[in-house]
Amino acid sequence: MSAEPICGADIVIRALVDQGVDVVFGYPGGAVLPIYDSLFKQNALRHILVRQEGGAVHAAEGYARSTGRVGVVLVTSGPGATNAVTGLTDALMDSVPIVCLTGQVPTHLIGNDAFQEADTTGITRPCTKHNYLVKDVADLARVLHEAFYVAKSGRPGPVVVDLPKDVLFAAGPYSGPEQAQHKSYRPQLHPDPARVAEAAALIVAARKPLFYGGGGLVNSGPEACARFTELVRTVDAPCTLTLMGLGAFPASDPHFLGMVGMHGLYESNMAMHGCDLLIAVGSRFDDRVTGRLNAFSPGSKKIHIDIDPSSINKNVRVDVPLLGDCAAVLGALLGECKTAPRPEGAARQAWWKEIDAWRARDCLRYDRARRDLIKPQYALERLYALTRDRDPFITTEVGQHQMWAAQFYKFDKPYHWMTSGGLGTMGYGLPAAMGVQVAHPGALVIDIAGEASILMNIQEMSTIAQYRLPVKAFILNNQYMGMVRQWQELLHGGRYSESYTAALPDFVKLAEAFGAKGMRVERPDELDDAIRAMIETPGAVVLDVAVDQTENCFPMIPSGAAHNEMLLGPADKAEQPVSEEGMVLV
Amino acid sequence: MTDNIERHTIAVLVDNEPGILARVVGLFSGRGYNIDSLTVAEVDRANRLSRITIVTSGTPMVIEQIKAQLSRLVPVHRVHDLTDEGPFVEREMALIKVVGRGEARIESLRIADIFRASVIDTTTESFVFELTGSAEKLNAFIALMEPLGLVEVSRTGAVAIARGPAKF
Repeated sequence: MSAEPICGADIVIRALVDQGVDVVFGYPGGAVLPIYDSLFKQNALRHILVRQEGGAVHAAEGYARSTGRVGVVLVTSGPGATNAVTGLTDALMDSVPIVCLTGQVPTHLIGNDAFQEADTTGITRPCTKHNYLVKDVADLARVLHEAFYVAKSGRPGPVVVDLPKDVLFAAGPYSGPEQAQHKSYRPQLHPDPARVAEAAALIVAARKPLFYGGGGLVNSGPEACARFTELVRTVDAPCTLTLMGLGAFPASDPHFLGMVGMHGLYESNMAMHGCDLLIAVGSRFDDRVTGRLNAFSPGSKKIHIDIDPSSINKNVRVDVPLLGDCAAVLGALLGECKTAPRPEGAARQAWWKEIDAWRARDCLRYDRARRDLIKPQYALERLYALTRDRDPFITTEVGQHQMWAAQFYKFDKPYHWMTSGGLGTMGYGLPAAMGVQVAHPGALVIDIAGEASILMNIQEMSTIAQYRLPVKAFILNNQYMGMVRQWQELLHGGRYSESYTAALPDFVKLAEAFGAKGMRVERPDELDDAIRAMIETPGAVVLDVAVDQTENCFPMIPSGAAHNEMLLGPADKAEQPVSEEGMVLV
Repeated sequence: MTDNIERHTIAVLVDNEPGILARVVGLFSGRGYNIDSLTVAEVDRANRLSRITIVTSGTPMVIEQIKAQLSRLVPVHRVHDLTDEGPFVEREMALIKVVGRGEARIESLRIADIFRASVIDTTTESFVFELTGSAEKLNAFIALMEPLGLVEVSRTGAVAIARGPAKF
């Protein structure tokens, strides 16, 4: 307890500092003025002033996902809070630990339709892991510490703390984070040993095992990823990762088959279809991964490691659920598998031979012969080749460019890949890159973007300018919402309804207007020099890459199809019309 | 999925804090689960705990999801599927208003006696009956009152508790 009472706003700042927070992404307004006043009077906390509250949440997500720490957001009441809703939903879907402080009208005005009043706890209830409305300054310190505990423990997620203005002015006691645990919320971290033994026996006996890792591995941390890697290598099994899991297992390791799912690699999806044991680790059998459920991995037993009991048996029934933190479960499994007899060599070799045949299909092939225009895949191959040795952090927006980035950019470490997976939020990449750059000032941070997505939060270029953040925006510009256009081509008879953006800005001038360097390339032979110039420019850069407007993203599992019904390229599409059931799926 | 739909009675112990009911109800509506009935009241004043009894129906997979999703809510302490966990007793109370005169009025009183319903309010032309029992018993009584001048029903929804000495 603090010796004497301090005002609520000072309690907020002190609680953040005691939680180890070094940076807050926010935007001031009437209801949070007391907090901004307290911010002004201290030096321990840095505040990054965004240009729209949605950008603040995505920036905090980028910060959190690239550090493993809690990202913190501070916004005002009413529109400040409602603007944050998309980011909060994004963080909930992708399990990103965020604490979002929202201002609120004073307690005596709540419910009165006061100026800039919104029912923030009501609006954010379904899009947060938990939320609080603090009506008494005596509860404030405890609630703030509890919010951090809830955000980062178990399956992480966003937590909103709604702060009425009178509570921020009122004087109250401060208590530290020591008793910050929630009185009943205790996620199970350690698995049931009997289940571990059961799972280990299945793994050792499997002839065609496949590991399927997801974002939960990254959330659990580098230790979980290291144990996962060791387990995959010990078992000598192939491994695939979800979009959110990229980096959890080194892409350069020959056990890695590439990403799985709708735009995953042929070998990954075929292995998932053909395996006899599927070991899901921190992944949730999302519809983008499973394809048609009744045809999903039909011949396999399934082990599912997850910290969230509600993820287990949600979409796919599993044989051995292992509830707990990935690191703890994998540690226990490693112990069991290391002492077990080696897998039978012949069966495993046959499995690898099958996989090699699938790999030989070279599912990411594209027309490399074109000299007159830039293929988006080529642009990403060159970006990877020219930046890989700099250990860059990559963020993306949402759409074709995102899938190509996931296919062509290779990650050997966790925390280096930030993308909006579950919610699919266009406009995520630029503010996320900004948050990553704040956390890693000296690092190379690239937002692989589409021209449509980046415009959704382009105002954050101004934030990037203010804090001199050397973020690089690598725009694959095809003048279309490419994924929308692709679906219209494949499913709607080529009627490109509203997917073409007329009157796009001149991105070079736009960059310059925000004090950044702008460049544009239109020919393949200019690309390498432009990428080098982008990296070598000390400040922010927008590189506008004009790419083939009609390129589609393959491989693709059409909606309602199974893993073994993938389309590998444009030639495939005529033979397999998408079913009516598939059409209604997203 | 045309799996067999099961009816389950689930007891949930929660922190009695603002918004908890909205959280539970929002979970059911947001994820498309059914609520056949829901009751809630504080049961432990010292620890500020409330007990929510939910009667729901769904396939076994959905029921399992409902329990997992409920357990995931931060203010939820415990979730018990009474239907799964052995014998339990379930009761519901209803207040039933019947308006009429003459033979119908006397008949309603006679049936109420058979059902052991008590009269808690009366005028010369109306009764309010109080009846406790299983949902089926209440349904049967209400059906019988229908032709006898039934005008209004208020039901609590089910509350339930496990049989035997075991504590929740």
